[in-house]
Amino acid sequence: MADSPKKFDKKSRYTEGRGIAGAWEGETVTRRRLMEGTALAAGGIATMAFALPGLGFALGPLFEETVPDTWQDLGPEDDFSTTAYVQRVHNIDPKIGDAGKATVYVRKWDPEVDSAPGKSEQPYVAISTRCAHLGCPVRYIQASQKFVCPCHGGVYDSQGKVEGGPPVRPLDRFETRVVEGRVEVGQRFSLNSELERFPPRDPSNHLDGLWKYLYPPRPTT
Amino acid sequence: MKLPSPPLPRALRRSPPRPGENGRNGAPGRNGGPATKPTAKDQAVEGAASVVGWLDERTGASPFLRGFLYRKVPKGTNWYYTLGSATMFAFLSQAVTGVFLAMYYEPDPTRAYESASRITNEVFLGEFVRGMHKWGSTVMIILIFLHMGRVFFFGAYKYPRELNWVIGVVLIVLTLVMGLTGYLLPFDQRSFWATVVAVNLNSSGPIVGPYLADFLRVGSEFGPTTITRFYALHMLAVPGLIAALIGAHLYLVAKLGTTAPPWLKAEKKDLLREEV
Repeated sequence: MADSPKKFDKKSRYTEGRGIAGAWEGETVTRRRLMEGTALAAGGIATMAFALPGLGFALGPLFEETVPDTWQDLGPEDDFSTTAYVQRVHNIDPKIGDAGKATVYVRKWDPEVDSAPGKSEQPYVAISTRCAHLGCPVRYIQASQKFVCPCHGGVYDSQGKVEGGPPVRPLDRFETRVVEGRVEVGQRFSLNSELERFPPRDPSNHLDGLWKYLYPPRPTT
Repeated sequence: MKLPSPPLPRALRRSPPRPGENGRNGAPGRNGGPATKPTAKDQAVEGAASVVGWLDERTGASPFLRGFLYRKVPKGTNWYYTLGSATMFAFLSQAVTGVFLAMYYEPDPTRAYESASRITNEVFLGEFVRGMHKWGSTVMIILIFLHMGRVFFFGAYKYPRELNWVIGVVLIVLTLVMGLTGYLLPFDQRSFWATVVAVNLNSSGPIVGPYLADFLRVGSEFGPTTITRFYALHMLAVPGLIAALIGAHLYLVAKLGTTAPPWLKAEKKDLLREEV
């Protein structure tokens, strides 16, 4: 009976018990398995060492404030009234030169029209021309008192609320302030259909109803 | 089975010795005369053959090339089967013209338009190379969709070639990404607003949309690094991926072979066939 084949236990802790050829006494992991694991781990660490910083580098701007916080002069207070929009050009990102230039439509804040509980009061209403559908530049038609988008037919009333077409929310506005009798324009903000203020969103992002939960705000805002 | 001889052009192959001649050049000639000197042509042929042989001995490339270039194709293979190669050559043309355009182009918001119009108006053959790149992109899109149509209507996507179909779909998407990222680079009004709208289209996707748009724009507004990001995607990231996937695509084509057109039925197995 001494020559009968040894019984091996596949679940044995020791390589010897598992019947692996060349096993040492008390050995639990084969050298081959150890080298495999070491090589894979070293390769994984080396890959992560360049992949993670690279990924962070590419994705970093998602998590930081990228638009410069500037106030730009639009002209003296006398230029503006509560009744009509005045066109002014400001630069959303001066670092890209002419490409950053955008038109704003500016009028004086009219308490009778604009004031309502829960709305942020601004001395002036500065409406962004960036259509809330896909970002084409809208134009104000004085005769019909509407903002009209040339790309896909979005129509907004004189307050920037959607009247027709594909846009999902009113036109964005900019913060305004008056410094030494001159009107200045600052950061963009978005509004929902009740003209309540929200942090700036991309065009096409909803701010009403259940839809708004599908479009999270940027982490920095 | 006898395989064709290695892919050596006929002009480079050694000709067998004439009867009565000793095999090697330089050996004593007929009738014990003086040794014939190898002619210049003989030397050129010998040199080229030995270079090819040297490479082949060290790379073992010729069995691979033989299998790849001389593989069997089914009956009924026709011109529609060349659409894939045509797409690949369109890609190669885009790659080559793109490299040369990159020698003059400056991906900077204040310099991009100027440098692009300099390529068109001042650089020797610049208008031609830029035109090749611009129209070539359209040609590539048309060809890739014709190729997809061929594969679809011939049923060539079926087992065991599903993976190659999937790779092909990824290649189509990457080609469209090339079109999108390249469109911004001339940096005129058209490309600027097209990109604004395209990025906002990305933003309209739920949950990930706004983040994707931020990634493409490098922030919440179209900024000074948007164009450099598009440029890097357009000339480094996406072409590299496309080249790698074309390699995988071709490997699978060579490995699995092509399919016969659907109108050809399999030959019936005749138990008795009359030999004429």
